[in-house]
Amino acid sequence: MAGLKTIARRTFLIGSAAIVGGVAFGVYKYKTPPANPLLDDLPEGAAALTPYVLITQQSITLITPRADKGQGAISVQAALIAEELDVELDQIKTDPGPPSPAYYNTALSGDAVPFRSTDDSVLAETTRAVMDAPIKFLGLQITGGSTTVPDGYDKLRMAGAVARETLKEAAAQIHGLDVAALITERGAVILPDGTRVPYQALASTAATLEPATEVTLRAPEQWRLLGKPMQRVDIVSKSTGTQDYGIDQDHPGILHAAIRLNPAQGGEMRGFDASEAEKMRGVVKVVPLPGGIGVIADNTWRAFQAALAVEVDWGPAPYPAEMDGHWTALGESFTPAHQDSQFRDAGDVDAALSQGGDLAVEYRAPYLAHAPLEPVNATVLVGEGRVDVWTGTQIPRFVQKNVALLTGIDAENVHIHALMIGGSFGHRLEDDVVRHATTLAMAMPGTPIKLTYSRGEDMTHDYPRQIAMARGQGRVSNGQVETFDLGIAMPSVMASQMGRQGLPAAGPDLQIVAGAWDQPFDIANYRVTGYRAPELAPISSWRSVGASSNGFFHDCLLDELIHAAGADPLAERLRLCNHAPSRAVLEAVGEMSNWGGALAARQGRGVGFCLSFGVPCAQVVEVSETDAGIKIDRVFVAADVGRILDPVNFEGLVKGGVIFGLGHAMNCEITYASGAAEQENFDSFPGMRLYQCPEIKVHGLESANKIRGIGEPPVPPAAAALGNAIFAATGTRLREMPFSKFVDFA
Amino acid sequence: MFRPEETAKRGRRVKLTVNGTGHDIKDVEPEMPLLWVLRDELGLTGPKYGCGIAQCGACTVHIDGVAVRSCQVAAGDVWGAVTTIEGLGTPEAPHPVQAAWIEHQVAQCGYCQSGQIMQAASLLAETPAPSDADIDDGMSGNLCRCGTYPRIREAVKTAAAKLSGG
Ligand code: FES
Ligand code: FES
Repeated sequence: MAGLKTIARRTFLIGSAAIVGGVAFGVYKYKTPPANPLLDDLPEGAAALTPYVLITQQSITLITPRADKGQGAISVQAALIAEELDVELDQIKTDPGPPSPAYYNTALSGDAVPFRSTDDSVLAETTRAVMDAPIKFLGLQITGGSTTVPDGYDKLRMAGAVARETLKEAAAQIHGLDVAALITERGAVILPDGTRVPYQALASTAATLEPATEVTLRAPEQWRLLGKPMQRVDIVSKSTGTQDYGIDQDHPGILHAAIRLNPAQGGEMRGFDASEAEKMRGVVKVVPLPGGIGVIADNTWRAFQAALAVEVDWGPAPYPAEMDGHWTALGESFTPAHQDSQFRDAGDVDAALSQGGDLAVEYRAPYLAHAPLEPVNATVLVGEGRVDVWTGTQIPRFVQKNVALLTGIDAENVHIHALMIGGSFGHRLEDDVVRHATTLAMAMPGTPIKLTYSRGEDMTHDYPRQIAMARGQGRVSNGQVETFDLGIAMPSVMASQMGRQGLPAAGPDLQIVAGAWDQPFDIANYRVTGYRAPELAPISSWRSVGASSNGFFHDCLLDELIHAAGADPLAERLRLCNHAPSRAVLEAVGEMSNWGGALAARQGRGVGFCLSFGVPCAQVVEVSETDAGIKIDRVFVAADVGRILDPVNFEGLVKGGVIFGLGHAMNCEITYASGAAEQENFDSFPGMRLYQCPEIKVHGLESANKIRGIGEPPVPPAAAALGNAIFAATGTRLREMPFSKFVDFA
Repeated sequence: MFRPEETAKRGRRVKLTVNGTGHDIKDVEPEMPLLWVLRDELGLTGPKYGCGIAQCGACTVHIDGVAVRSCQVAAGDVWGAVTTIEGLGTPEAPHPVQAAWIEHQVAQCGYCQSGQIMQAASLLAETPAPSDADIDDGMSGNLCRCGTYPRIREAVKTAAAKLSGG
């Protein structure tokens, strides 16, 4: 691979920068396991055997620190622990646990270093290990990047096994038996005479022991729970209206708050007149906030109404007020001065193109809101020397730090109660709602204040997905793709998002080229260049991040070149593919869809592929051109996550990801006019509705050598497969999302 | 049962029957959407706020057995008995539609599902054996941002079978 020297130098920078950052604490500190946070506050006779298992005389609680935003994170984390602990899921409670460095996310480093996820070289593995140190150090208890499973796969099973062995040790001591004679089952140690000693009865003795250190994890063939269909722990509550979300919080004396922020996100609030609003029914207080105002009232609807009645003088947008300005900025970023990375540069692209290219095209992807169905909300109670925060968040430790900074109360006295989230797609990686709720609660100490964003405030202050533009060229020869050159320009998501947390995002931003530079193809002349556009509207991680736009760019450009070569789209991808699990998913969708089989008139079939978050995912989309517009008939999906822990949840997440990818590619964009987002609700940002939903067939493969998460990887190939299918059916090549700007959908 | 005219006469007082219980709510403006009376005044949080403009269906409840968007019905205009998801069935004794939702493990984040289930129950009351097109028509006003539509379709069919004794 070209540029190995460059990478080695950057690798070194990543490693040493992190170490420099941590010198004050010593490198040794990185290696010391963080303290078990459950040991503070432990009730009498309770044992917290690891940071993940809490046993009292009454109950067994499994700690599931990764946030559940609908992806089943609580269930899968609980199952990983329970598998080794030998408890059934109906015997346990779950708790998200406190924000603590003990719950750092080690899997996140995988996508922060410049190695393709298919690259298992020593250099790549070493760099990932180095990155682990700062992540552990910073204690980034983050849910994101489809990392819950890869991060917890060994760690949580190990936690269960350590707890189990320690409980056996306790039983051995109490009953004067040899540990080897004991077995465990359904939350109890079984003595040789068949007596069942429940774990709860062993808690106080176990608490006096050093946790076991020698444990071996069971082989997958021995699993009772994992790998088999499970019932999610939240499925009954979510089907009966009894699941509480953040928005359902209630406390004695609670008041409800609404917010109005500068329609131009991040613009100033210069002044306001609340005299009309203050006269309104139920209004308690109108409070100035950074960039807006908040209203505290005795009912959410009254607060919404009053917020609209405040007269506010808004400052201008800190970014181009009209879309033209955004596209122009992207268009002007394809220059050497803006080059951010060129991790893929094989053969000699320039020499090949100087003989004449067969294609020169431009692609575009719009801003997109995350728009989970539950609008963001947070309840904050500012007390004497203590703050309580009830919210759903993917970043509990940042929330804790930010609330501490705002209130001047020590972080250890800021109690974060993590709640079930009604969808996120990356939205809850931001914590503005908590900061604003805290400012409001500070205006009324002693009163719990629940801030709920109206849908309009939520959608127009969403920190959308990046806007992006790509320019592609290529050349074909002898019926094959010979040269592929893709440049991608976007502002840096990481700089925008981490900047809001006061963190530097040093080095190239891999998300600018994610889903493009790292694709498992060998093309004779193959180049992917990332260009960092200036900051425009503030942006953040949206389900699959950079790959959400780049998967579309890369795969559709490849499809165009394959058509230019006159080759078969599936066969040529397979010919170019150099990674066995990726070939396998392409072959799988070929079989599932009967690729090459006859289609009706005005029908078309397109294949799309993207490897993201380490997961190869291929999709075949079939569309028909009807009198009412394009109808998506069927989708075939194959993905390889190494190991499927719950086939039912896996299938649901894959289908959901495909629908998310297709729905936004078809129907959605956020555009700015006079600095304000023009889409304020689901009438103008519909996603996909049920009548547009195709039949979807899913096939999971388990051949890859590492376990991966499935929350994001089905998203990037969907738009590409749809665009390629529409081309096959109609001859129209769509190079800009949303496609509804150019075709109607039935 | 009460009549809207009476409510109007009483001014800031609303009478509602919700899940079989009568409520005489003093001091609520009749124009407040039913959703917010249920959630913030009566503490029934099964109906969810998603859009406030009849675009998502998360707030769906029944009035006399028919699905309505509670964000669009002024509390003073309620014309019959209100049923929320809490009144449809319970974790111990789920309604057949809820049982089908559990069986198919429809929910991801689950936030839309109270509304989906109330919509489906109303659809099946009117159309006990819905065709695919009936399901598309009946359920497309309920948004699911997580994309659980394939399982919603399956669960509606299972619920139809359960309700018809199949
Ligand atoms: S909240 Fe009523 S339809 Fe969305
Ligand atoms: S399950 Fe999340 S919105 Fe439907």
